[in-house]
Amino acid sequence: MADIKTVGVAGAGTMGAGIAIVAARGGYETVNFDLQDDVLDDAHKQTAAFFGKSVERGKLTEEEVDTILGRMRRTTSLQDLSTCDVVIEAVFEDLDVKQKLFAGLNDICPAETIFATNTSTLSITEIAGPSGRDDRCVGTHFCLPAQLNRLVEMSPGLNTSDETFETAWAFCEAIGQIPVKTKDSPGFILNHFLIPFNNDVVRMIDAGVAEPADIDIAIKTALGYPLGPCELLDMVGMDTQRLVSEALHGASHDPRAACPALVKKMIAAARLGRKSGRGFFDYDGQAMFGA
Amino acid sequence: MSHAIIDTGDSRSFPTDHALLDGAVDDGEVVVIIGKGAGARLSEAPGDKVAVVVELGTECLGVHTGEAGGDEGSNVLGFARFRLGDSDPTDLVELVCQPNTAVEAIDAARAVFENAGLVVAVCNDFSGRIVDRLIRPYYNEALRQLDQGLASAKDMDLTLKLGLGYPEGPIELLQRTGLSHHYEVAQALFEAYGDPAYAPARRSRVAMLRGE
Repeated sequence: MADIKTVGVAGAGTMGAGIAIVAARGGYETVNFDLQDDVLDDAHKQTAAFFGKSVERGKLTEEEVDTILGRMRRTTSLQDLSTCDVVIEAVFEDLDVKQKLFAGLNDICPAETIFATNTSTLSITEIAGPSGRDDRCVGTHFCLPAQLNRLVEMSPGLNTSDETFETAWAFCEAIGQIPVKTKDSPGFILNHFLIPFNNDVVRMIDAGVAEPADIDIAIKTALGYPLGPCELLDMVGMDTQRLVSEALHGASHDPRAACPALVKKMIAAARLGRKSGRGFFDYDGQAMFGA
Repeated sequence: MSHAIIDTGDSRSFPTDHALLDGAVDDGEVVVIIGKGAGARLSEAPGDKVAVVVELGTECLGVHTGEAGGDEGSNVLGFARFRLGDSDPTDLVELVCQPNTAVEAIDAARAVFENAGLVVAVCNDFSGRIVDRLIRPYYNEALRQLDQGLASAKDMDLTLKLGLGYPEGPIELLQRTGLSHHYEVAQALFEAYGDPAYAPARRSRVAMLRGE
Protein backbone atom coordinates (compact mmCIF):
# COMPACT_ATOMS: atom_id res chain seq x y z
CA MET A 1 0.00 0.00 0.00
CA ALA A 2 2.83 2.36 -0.84
CA ASP A 3 0.49 4.60 -2.80
CA ILE A 4 -1.89 5.46 0.02
CA LYS A 5 -0.61 7.28 3.08
CA THR A 6 -3.32 9.77 3.95
CA VAL A 7 -7.03 9.07 3.98
CA GLY A 8 -9.74 11.70 3.81
CA VAL A 9 -13.22 11.01 5.10
CA ALA A 10 -15.87 13.50 4.04
CA GLY A 11 -18.76 13.58 6.47
CA ALA A 12 -18.54 13.04 10.22
CA GLY A 13 -21.90 11.47 10.91
CA THR A 14 -22.21 7.96 12.26
CA MET A 15 -20.79 6.36 9.13
CA GLY A 16 -18.08 8.91 8.48
CA ALA A 17 -16.84 8.81 12.06
CA GLY A 18 -16.79 5.01 11.96
CA ILE A 19 -14.85 4.93 8.69
CA ALA A 20 -12.33 7.43 10.07
CA ILE A 21 -11.82 5.16 13.09
CA VAL A 22 -11.20 2.18 10.80
CA ALA A 23 -8.71 4.08 8.61
CA ALA A 24 -6.74 5.51 11.56
CA ARG A 25 -6.76 2.18 13.39
CA GLY A 26 -5.45 0.63 10.17
CA GLY A 27 -2.38 2.84 10.35
CA TYR A 28 -3.27 5.71 8.02
CA GLU A 29 -3.14 9.43 8.64
CA THR A 30 -6.81 10.36 8.58
CA VAL A 31 -8.52 13.68 7.99
CA ASN A 32 -12.21 13.85 8.80
CA PHE A 33 -14.00 16.72 7.09
CA ASP A 34 -17.44 18.07 7.86
CA LEU A 35 -18.97 21.50 7.32
CA GLN A 36 -20.37 21.55 10.84
CA ASP A 37 -18.16 21.91 13.91
CA ASP A 38 -20.73 20.33 16.20
CA VAL A 39 -20.92 17.23 14.01
CA LEU A 40 -17.14 16.92 14.19
CA ASP A 41 -17.26 17.37 17.96
CA ASP A 42 -19.83 14.60 18.25
CA ALA A 43 -17.67 12.38 16.06
CA HIS A 44 -14.72 13.06 18.31
CA LYS A 45 -16.75 12.08 21.38
CA GLN A 46 -17.97 8.94 19.62
CA THR A 47 -14.39 8.07 18.68
CA ALA A 48 -13.06 8.65 22.20
CA ALA A 49 -15.86 6.54 23.69
CA PHE A 50 -15.24 3.74 21.21
CA PHE A 51 -11.52 3.57 21.92
CA GLY A 52 -12.20 3.87 25.66
CA LYS A 53 -14.23 0.66 25.39
CA SER A 54 -11.44 -0.92 23.34
CA VAL A 55 -9.02 -0.28 26.19
CA GLU A 56 -11.53 -1.50 28.80
CA ARG A 57 -11.96 -4.73 26.89
CA GLY A 58 -8.23 -5.21 26.48
CA LYS A 59 -8.29 -4.99 22.70
CA LEU A 60 -5.99 -1.99 22.61
CA THR A 61 -3.60 -0.40 25.10
CA GLU A 62 -3.80 3.25 26.03
CA GLU A 63 -0.55 3.84 24.19
CA GLU A 64 -1.95 2.28 21.03
CA VAL A 65 -5.07 4.40 21.30
CA ASP A 66 -2.96 7.54 21.75
CA THR A 67 -1.05 6.63 18.60
CA ILE A 68 -4.27 6.08 16.65
CA LEU A 69 -5.81 9.31 17.88
CA GLY A 70 -2.59 11.07 16.94
CA ARG A 71 -3.23 10.04 13.35
CA MET A 72 -6.72 11.59 13.32
CA ARG A 73 -7.43 15.19 12.37
CA ARG A 74 -10.73 17.07 12.07
CA THR A 75 -11.47 19.94 9.78
CA THR A 76 -14.26 22.11 8.43
CA SER A 77 -12.16 23.09 5.42
CA LEU A 78 -12.47 20.98 2.29
CA GLN A 79 -9.04 22.25 1.30
CA ASP A 80 -7.53 20.09 4.04
CA LEU A 81 -8.42 17.01 1.97
CA SER A 82 -6.16 18.20 -0.83
CA THR A 83 -3.23 16.11 0.38
CA CYS A 84 -5.17 12.86 0.65
CA ASP A 85 -4.41 9.80 -1.46
CA VAL A 86 -7.93 8.49 -1.11
CA VAL A 87 -11.07 10.34 -0.04
CA ILE A 88 -14.06 8.32 1.15
CA GLU A 89 -17.26 10.30 1.13
CA ALA A 90 -19.96 9.51 3.69
CA VAL A 91 -22.14 12.57 3.29
CA PHE A 92 -25.93 12.82 2.95
CA GLU A 93 -27.41 10.18 0.65
CA ASP A 94 -28.23 12.57 -2.16
CA LEU A 95 -26.88 12.31 -5.70
CA ASP A 96 -26.48 16.04 -6.21
CA VAL A 97 -24.66 16.50 -2.88
CA LYS A 98 -22.23 13.69 -3.63
CA GLN A 99 -21.62 14.81 -7.22
CA LYS A 100 -20.86 18.35 -6.09
CA LEU A 101 -18.51 17.11 -3.38
CA PHE A 102 -16.51 15.01 -5.84
CA ALA A 103 -16.40 17.87 -8.34
CA GLY A 104 -15.08 20.16 -5.61
CA LEU A 105 -12.50 17.61 -4.53
CA ASN A 106 -11.43 17.15 -8.14
CA ASP A 107 -10.38 20.80 -8.20
CA ILE A 108 -8.07 20.50 -5.19
CA CYS A 109 -6.81 16.91 -5.04
CA PRO A 110 -3.89 15.47 -7.00
CA ALA A 111 -4.78 13.60 -10.17
CA GLU A 112 -3.95 10.23 -8.63
CA THR A 113 -6.26 10.62 -5.61
CA ILE A 114 -8.99 7.99 -5.55
CA PHE A 115 -12.53 9.06 -4.71
CA ALA A 116 -14.56 6.42 -2.93
CA THR A 117 -18.23 6.70 -2.12
CA ASN A 118 -19.97 5.08 0.80
CA THR A 119 -23.36 5.32 -0.89
CA SER A 120 -25.72 2.51 0.04
CA THR A 121 -28.30 2.95 -2.70
CA LEU A 122 -27.08 5.36 -5.39
CA SER A 123 -25.22 4.49 -8.58
CA ILE A 124 -21.43 4.70 -8.43
CA THR A 125 -21.39 5.57 -12.12
CA GLU A 126 -23.84 8.45 -11.65
CA ILE A 127 -21.96 9.83 -8.65
CA ALA A 128 -18.67 9.57 -10.55
CA GLY A 129 -19.97 10.96 -13.86
CA PRO A 130 -19.39 14.69 -13.31
CA SER A 131 -16.37 14.23 -11.02
CA GLY A 132 -13.79 14.83 -13.71
CA ARG A 133 -12.12 11.52 -12.82
CA ASP A 134 -14.73 8.82 -13.13
CA ASP A 135 -12.01 6.27 -13.85
CA ARG A 136 -10.67 6.92 -10.35
CA CYS A 137 -13.99 6.64 -8.51
CA VAL A 138 -15.15 3.49 -6.77
CA GLY A 139 -17.89 2.34 -4.44
CA THR A 140 -16.87 1.32 -0.92
CA HIS A 141 -19.98 0.70 1.12
CA PHE A 142 -19.02 0.17 4.74
CA CYS A 143 -21.66 -1.42 6.94
CA LEU A 144 -23.00 0.04 10.15
CA PRO A 145 -21.31 0.20 12.60
CA ALA A 146 -18.24 0.60 10.41
CA GLN A 147 -15.79 0.38 13.31
CA LEU A 148 -17.14 -3.07 14.22
CA ASN A 149 -18.47 -4.55 11.00
CA ARG A 150 -15.67 -5.63 8.69
CA LEU A 151 -17.76 -5.91 5.54
CA VAL A 152 -17.21 -3.49 2.66
CA GLU A 153 -19.25 -3.83 -0.53
CA MET A 154 -17.00 -2.69 -3.36
CA SER A 155 -18.41 -1.72 -6.71
CA PRO A 156 -16.71 -0.39 -9.83
CA GLY A 157 -18.59 2.18 -11.88
CA LEU A 158 -18.77 1.72 -15.63
CA ASN A 159 -15.59 3.72 -16.15
CA THR A 160 -13.66 2.73 -13.02
CA SER A 161 -10.20 1.54 -14.02
CA ASP A 162 -8.96 -1.87 -12.93
CA GLU A 163 -6.02 -0.18 -11.24
CA THR A 164 -8.32 2.03 -9.15
CA PHE A 165 -10.48 -0.90 -8.11
CA GLU A 166 -7.49 -3.05 -7.23
CA THR A 167 -5.86 -0.27 -5.23
CA ALA A 168 -9.05 0.43 -3.32
CA TRP A 169 -9.55 -3.29 -2.70
CA ALA A 170 -6.03 -3.62 -1.32
CA PHE A 171 -6.58 -0.55 0.84
CA CYS A 172 -9.74 -2.09 2.33
CA GLU A 173 -7.83 -5.23 3.17
CA ALA A 174 -4.96 -3.19 4.59
CA ILE A 175 -7.27 -1.51 7.10
CA GLY A 176 -8.58 -4.87 8.21
CA GLN A 177 -11.88 -4.93 6.34
CA ILE A 178 -13.33 -7.76 4.25
CA PRO A 179 -14.25 -6.51 0.76
CA VAL A 180 -16.79 -8.23 -1.48
CA LYS A 181 -17.32 -7.31 -5.11
CA THR A 182 -20.75 -6.31 -6.37
CA LYS A 183 -22.09 -4.78 -9.54
CA ASP A 184 -22.98 -1.10 -9.50
CA SER A 185 -26.60 -1.95 -8.85
CA PRO A 186 -29.18 -0.24 -6.59
CA GLY A 187 -28.65 -1.32 -2.98
CA PHE A 188 -25.65 -3.46 -3.98
CA ILE A 189 -26.09 -6.77 -2.14
CA LEU A 190 -27.06 -5.98 1.43
CA ASN A 191 -29.68 -3.31 0.92
CA HIS A 192 -30.91 -4.89 -2.29
CA PHE A 193 -32.11 -7.80 -0.16
CA LEU A 194 -32.72 -6.20 3.23
CA ILE A 195 -34.89 -3.20 2.34
CA PRO A 196 -37.53 -5.16 0.36
CA PHE A 197 -37.46 -7.95 2.97
CA ASN A 198 -38.19 -5.47 5.75
CA ASN A 199 -40.94 -3.90 3.66
CA ASP A 200 -42.47 -7.34 3.15
CA VAL A 201 -42.50 -7.74 6.92
CA VAL A 202 -44.31 -4.45 7.38
CA ARG A 203 -46.87 -5.34 4.71
CA MET A 204 -47.38 -8.71 6.36
CA ILE A 205 -48.20 -7.00 9.65
CA ASP A 206 -50.53 -4.58 7.88
CA ALA A 207 -52.27 -7.53 6.21
CA GLY A 208 -52.92 -9.15 9.59
CA VAL A 209 -50.88 -12.27 8.94
CA ALA A 210 -49.21 -12.19 12.35
CA GLU A 211 -48.17 -9.91 15.18
CA PRO A 212 -44.63 -8.44 15.18
CA ALA A 213 -43.56 -10.56 18.15
CA ASP A 214 -44.69 -13.75 16.42
CA ILE A 215 -42.91 -12.77 13.20
CA ASP A 216 -39.69 -12.17 15.12
CA ILE A 217 -39.95 -15.46 16.99
CA ALA A 218 -40.64 -17.31 13.76
CA ILE A 219 -37.73 -15.84 11.82
CA LYS A 220 -35.21 -16.21 14.65
CA THR A 221 -36.23 -19.78 15.45
CA ALA A 222 -36.58 -20.99 11.87
CA LEU A 223 -33.53 -19.32 10.36
CA GLY A 224 -31.22 -18.54 13.26
CA TYR A 225 -31.14 -14.81 12.54
CA PRO A 226 -29.72 -12.88 15.49
CA LEU A 227 -32.50 -10.29 15.39
CA GLY A 228 -36.11 -10.48 14.37
CA PRO A 229 -37.02 -8.20 11.48
CA CYS A 230 -39.33 -6.08 13.65
CA GLU A 231 -36.61 -5.60 16.27
CA LEU A 232 -34.27 -4.62 13.46
CA LEU A 233 -36.77 -2.18 11.97
CA ASP A 234 -37.22 -0.57 15.38
CA MET A 235 -33.45 -0.11 15.57
CA VAL A 236 -33.20 1.25 12.03
CA GLY A 237 -36.16 3.56 12.61
CA MET A 238 -39.23 4.02 10.44
CA ASP A 239 -37.97 7.37 9.18
CA THR A 240 -34.77 5.75 7.94
CA GLN A 241 -36.68 2.81 6.46
CA ARG A 242 -38.75 5.30 4.51
CA LEU A 243 -35.68 7.14 3.24
CA VAL A 244 -33.84 4.03 2.13
CA SER A 245 -36.99 2.56 0.60
CA GLU A 246 -37.65 5.67 -1.42
CA ALA A 247 -34.02 5.82 -2.54
CA LEU A 248 -33.96 2.17 -3.56
CA HIS A 249 -37.39 2.27 -5.18
CA GLY A 250 -36.42 5.41 -7.08
CA ALA A 251 -33.41 3.63 -8.49
CA SER A 252 -34.79 0.13 -9.02
CA HIS A 253 -38.58 0.58 -9.39
CA ASP A 254 -38.91 -2.73 -7.58
CA PRO A 255 -42.44 -2.72 -6.06
CA ARG A 256 -41.14 -4.53 -2.97
CA ALA A 257 -38.78 -1.59 -2.35
CA ALA A 258 -41.64 0.94 -2.26
CA CYS A 259 -42.23 2.35 1.20
CA PRO A 260 -45.21 0.57 2.80
CA ALA A 261 -48.19 2.64 3.91
CA LEU A 262 -47.81 1.40 7.48
CA VAL A 263 -44.29 2.85 7.70
CA LYS A 264 -45.66 6.27 6.75
CA LYS A 265 -48.46 5.94 9.30
CA MET A 266 -46.03 4.95 12.03
CA ILE A 267 -43.89 7.99 11.26
CA ALA A 268 -46.98 10.21 11.46
CA ALA A 269 -47.85 8.60 14.79
CA ALA A 270 -44.30 9.17 16.13
CA ARG A 271 -43.74 5.42 16.36
CA LEU A 272 -40.28 5.60 14.84
CA GLY A 273 -38.82 2.71 16.81
CA ARG A 274 -36.26 2.80 19.59
CA LYS A 275 -35.36 6.41 18.92
CA SER A 276 -38.88 7.58 19.84
CA GLY A 277 -39.48 4.95 22.53
CA ARG A 278 -42.11 3.13 20.50
CA GLY A 279 -42.22 1.33 17.21
CA PHE A 280 -43.46 -2.20 16.77
CA PHE A 281 -42.47 -2.63 20.41
CA ASP A 282 -42.33 -0.32 23.43
CA TYR A 283 -38.95 0.79 24.80
CA ASP A 284 -39.82 2.62 27.99
CA GLY A 285 -36.65 3.29 29.90
CA GLN A 286 -34.41 1.50 27.43
CA ALA A 287 -31.38 3.15 25.95
CA MET A 288 -31.43 4.04 22.27
CA PHE A 289 -29.34 1.85 20.00
CA GLY A 290 -26.81 3.55 17.78
CA ALA A 291 -27.10 7.16 16.77
CA MET B 1 -52.43 -30.40 28.89
CA SER B 2 -52.46 -33.95 27.53
CA HIS B 3 -52.55 -34.76 23.85
CA ALA B 4 -53.28 -37.62 21.51
CA ILE B 5 -51.71 -38.18 18.10
CA ILE B 6 -53.38 -39.40 14.93
CA ASP B 7 -50.54 -40.29 12.58
CA THR B 8 -51.52 -40.51 8.91
CA GLY B 9 -47.92 -41.16 7.83
CA ASP B 10 -45.16 -39.23 6.05
CA SER B 11 -45.23 -36.26 8.39
CA ARG B 12 -42.84 -33.48 7.32
CA SER B 13 -43.06 -31.96 10.78
CA PHE B 14 -42.27 -35.13 12.71
CA PRO B 15 -40.39 -37.51 10.42
CA THR B 16 -38.56 -39.14 13.33
CA ASP B 17 -38.94 -39.64 17.08
CA HIS B 18 -39.78 -36.53 19.06
CA ALA B 19 -40.92 -35.64 22.55
CA LEU B 20 -44.32 -34.63 21.13
CA LEU B 21 -44.88 -38.15 19.82
CA ASP B 22 -43.42 -39.81 22.91
CA GLY B 23 -45.64 -37.81 25.23
CA ALA B 24 -48.93 -38.66 23.54
CA VAL B 25 -51.74 -40.51 25.36
CA ASP B 26 -54.79 -42.29 23.97
CA ASP B 27 -57.43 -39.85 25.21
CA GLY B 28 -55.64 -36.51 25.26
CA GLU B 29 -57.43 -33.20 25.71
CA VAL B 30 -55.84 -31.98 22.47
CA VAL B 31 -55.69 -34.06 19.29
CA VAL B 32 -52.73 -33.51 16.96
CA ILE B 33 -53.20 -34.99 13.50
CA ILE B 34 -49.91 -35.38 11.67
CA GLY B 35 -48.88 -36.60 8.25
CA LYS B 36 -49.61 -35.91 4.62
CA GLY B 37 -53.25 -36.89 4.91
CA ALA B 38 -53.91 -35.03 8.14
CA GLY B 39 -56.62 -32.74 6.80
CA ALA B 40 -58.62 -35.64 5.37
CA ARG B 41 -58.74 -37.30 8.80
CA LEU B 42 -60.08 -34.23 10.60
CA SER B 43 -63.51 -35.79 10.97
CA GLU B 44 -62.01 -38.63 13.03
CA ALA B 45 -61.15 -36.30 15.92
CA PRO B 46 -63.71 -36.53 18.73
CA GLY B 47 -65.88 -33.43 19.00
CA ASP B 48 -65.31 -32.81 22.70
CA LYS B 49 -61.63 -31.89 22.52
CA VAL B 50 -60.24 -28.55 23.64
CA ALA B 51 -58.32 -28.30 20.39
CA VAL B 52 -57.73 -30.30 17.25
CA VAL B 53 -54.51 -29.39 15.45
CA VAL B 54 -53.99 -30.45 11.85
CA GLU B 55 -50.63 -30.58 10.11
CA LEU B 56 -50.59 -28.42 7.00
CA GLY B 57 -48.47 -28.46 3.87
CA THR B 58 -48.56 -25.36 1.71
CA GLU B 59 -52.37 -25.23 1.83
CA CYS B 60 -54.53 -23.04 4.07
CA LEU B 61 -56.42 -24.45 7.05
CA GLY B 62 -59.66 -23.31 5.43
CA VAL B 63 -59.22 -26.01 2.77
CA HIS B 64 -59.98 -28.55 5.52
CA THR B 65 -62.40 -26.65 7.74
CA GLY B 66 -64.32 -24.69 5.15
CA GLU B 67 -64.78 -20.93 5.44
CA ALA B 68 -67.77 -18.76 6.36
CA GLY B 69 -67.41 -15.25 5.01
CA GLY B 70 -64.80 -14.23 7.59
CA ASP B 71 -66.60 -15.80 10.57
CA GLU B 72 -64.87 -19.17 10.34
CA GLY B 73 -63.08 -20.57 13.36
CA SER B 74 -63.65 -23.24 16.00
CA ASN B 75 -61.42 -25.47 18.09
CA VAL B 76 -59.57 -26.60 14.95
CA LEU B 77 -56.16 -25.11 14.22
CA GLY B 78 -53.47 -25.80 11.66
CA PHE B 79 -49.78 -26.18 12.24
CA ALA B 80 -46.51 -26.84 10.48
CA ARG B 81 -43.08 -27.30 11.92
CA PHE B 82 -40.81 -25.22 9.74
CA ARG B 83 -38.41 -27.21 7.66
CA LEU B 84 -36.33 -26.27 4.64
CA GLY B 85 -36.25 -29.03 2.05
CA ASP B 86 -34.44 -32.11 3.22
CA SER B 87 -32.93 -30.51 6.29
CA ASP B 88 -34.10 -31.49 9.76
CA PRO B 89 -37.23 -29.76 11.04
CA THR B 90 -36.52 -26.68 13.14
CA ASP B 91 -38.02 -26.05 16.56
CA LEU B 92 -40.47 -23.55 15.09
CA VAL B 93 -44.15 -24.44 14.99
CA GLU B 94 -46.35 -22.03 13.07
CA LEU B 95 -49.76 -22.33 14.65
CA VAL B 96 -52.53 -21.31 12.27
CA CYS B 97 -55.75 -19.68 13.48
CA GLN B 98 -58.91 -18.43 11.83
CA PRO B 99 -60.80 -15.26 12.76
CA ASN B 100 -63.01 -16.97 15.34
CA THR B 101 -60.67 -19.66 16.62
CA ALA B 102 -61.35 -20.23 20.31
CA VAL B 103 -58.75 -18.62 22.55
CA GLU B 104 -58.69 -21.68 24.82
CA ALA B 105 -57.95 -23.84 21.78
CA ILE B 106 -54.99 -21.62 20.84
CA ASP B 107 -53.67 -21.70 24.40
CA ALA B 108 -54.06 -25.47 24.66
CA ALA B 109 -52.36 -26.14 21.33
CA ARG B 110 -49.54 -23.78 22.21
CA ALA B 111 -49.04 -25.54 25.55
CA VAL B 112 -48.84 -28.96 23.91
CA PHE B 113 -46.10 -27.88 21.50
CA GLU B 114 -44.18 -25.85 24.05
CA ASN B 115 -44.26 -28.72 26.54
CA ALA B 116 -42.56 -30.80 23.86
CA GLY B 117 -39.73 -28.26 23.62
CA LEU B 118 -40.95 -26.46 20.52
CA VAL B 119 -41.29 -22.72 19.89
CA VAL B 120 -44.69 -21.45 18.78
CA ALA B 121 -45.49 -18.48 16.55
CA VAL B 122 -49.17 -17.81 15.98
CA CYS B 123 -50.41 -16.61 12.61
CA ASN B 124 -53.61 -16.25 10.68
CA ASP B 125 -54.62 -18.51 7.84
CA PHE B 126 -52.58 -17.25 4.90
CA SER B 127 -50.64 -19.28 2.34
CA GLY B 128 -47.01 -19.50 3.34
CA ARG B 129 -47.86 -18.58 6.93
CA ILE B 130 -45.01 -16.39 8.25
CA VAL B 131 -41.64 -17.77 7.23
CA ASP B 132 -42.26 -19.07 3.73
CA ARG B 133 -44.22 -15.96 2.87
CA LEU B 134 -41.21 -13.84 3.81
CA ILE B 135 -38.26 -15.87 2.64
CA ARG B 136 -39.39 -17.18 -0.73
CA PRO B 137 -39.21 -13.78 -2.48
CA TYR B 138 -35.79 -13.27 -0.88
CA TYR B 139 -34.51 -16.65 -2.07
CA ASN B 140 -35.96 -16.11 -5.55
CA GLU B 141 -34.25 -12.75 -5.75
CA ALA B 142 -30.93 -14.21 -4.63
CA LEU B 143 -31.13 -16.83 -7.39
CA ARG B 144 -32.14 -14.22 -9.97
CA GLN B 145 -29.32 -11.90 -8.95
CA LEU B 146 -26.87 -14.76 -9.21
CA ASP B 147 -28.00 -15.17 -12.82
CA GLN B 148 -27.74 -11.43 -13.43
CA GLY B 149 -24.22 -11.18 -12.04
CA LEU B 150 -24.85 -8.93 -9.04
CA ALA B 151 -22.10 -10.85 -7.28
CA SER B 152 -20.68 -14.34 -7.04
CA ALA B 153 -22.53 -16.85 -4.88
CA LYS B 154 -19.65 -16.73 -2.43
CA ASP B 155 -19.70 -12.93 -2.14
CA MET B 156 -23.49 -12.81 -1.89
CA ASP B 157 -23.49 -15.35 0.92
CA LEU B 158 -20.55 -13.72 2.68
CA THR B 159 -22.19 -10.28 2.52
CA LEU B 160 -25.41 -11.43 4.13
CA LYS B 161 -23.54 -13.34 6.83
CA LEU B 162 -21.14 -10.52 7.69
CA GLY B 163 -23.59 -7.70 7.16
CA LEU B 164 -26.61 -9.10 8.96
CA GLY B 165 -25.27 -11.95 11.07
CA TYR B 166 -27.22 -14.58 9.16
CA PRO B 167 -25.81 -18.03 9.92
CA GLU B 168 -25.95 -19.02 6.27
CA GLY B 169 -26.16 -17.17 2.97
CA PRO B 170 -29.12 -17.75 0.65
CA ILE B 171 -27.30 -19.62 -2.08
CA GLU B 172 -25.46 -22.06 0.14
CA LEU B 173 -28.64 -22.59 2.15
CA LEU B 174 -30.71 -23.41 -0.94
CA GLN B 175 -28.04 -25.71 -2.28
CA ARG B 176 -27.86 -27.51 1.06
CA THR B 177 -31.59 -27.92 1.53
CA GLY B 178 -32.65 -28.50 -2.07
CA LEU B 179 -33.55 -26.09 -4.84
CA SER B 180 -36.43 -28.34 -5.93
CA HIS B 181 -38.11 -27.90 -2.59
CA HIS B 182 -37.82 -24.15 -2.94
CA TYR B 183 -39.44 -24.49 -6.37
CA GLU B 184 -42.38 -26.44 -4.93
CA VAL B 185 -43.08 -23.95 -2.14
CA ALA B 186 -42.53 -20.86 -4.29
CA GLN B 187 -44.78 -22.25 -7.04
CA ALA B 188 -47.54 -22.92 -4.49
CA LEU B 189 -47.29 -19.35 -3.20
CA PHE B 190 -47.17 -17.94 -6.72
CA GLU B 191 -50.41 -19.79 -7.49
CA ALA B 192 -51.95 -18.54 -4.25
CA TYR B 193 -50.99 -14.88 -4.55
CA GLY B 194 -50.19 -14.30 -8.24
CA ASP B 195 -47.31 -12.11 -7.09
CA PRO B 196 -44.28 -12.35 -9.42
CA ALA B 197 -41.99 -12.19 -6.38
CA TYR B 198 -43.05 -15.77 -5.68
CA ALA B 199 -42.56 -17.05 -9.23
CA PRO B 200 -39.87 -19.71 -8.87
CA ALA B 201 -36.47 -18.52 -10.01
CA ARG B 202 -34.92 -20.15 -13.06
CA ARG B 203 -32.31 -22.08 -11.11
CA SER B 204 -34.94 -23.72 -8.94
CA ARG B 205 -36.97 -24.68 -12.03
CA VAL B 206 -33.88 -26.26 -13.57
CA ALA B 207 -33.27 -28.22 -10.38
CA MET B 208 -36.90 -29.37 -10.32
CA LEU B 209 -36.77 -30.50 -13.96
CA ARG B 210 -33.60 -32.42 -13.26
CA GLY B 211 -35.14 -34.03 -10.21
CA GLU B 212 -32.46 -32.65 -7.94
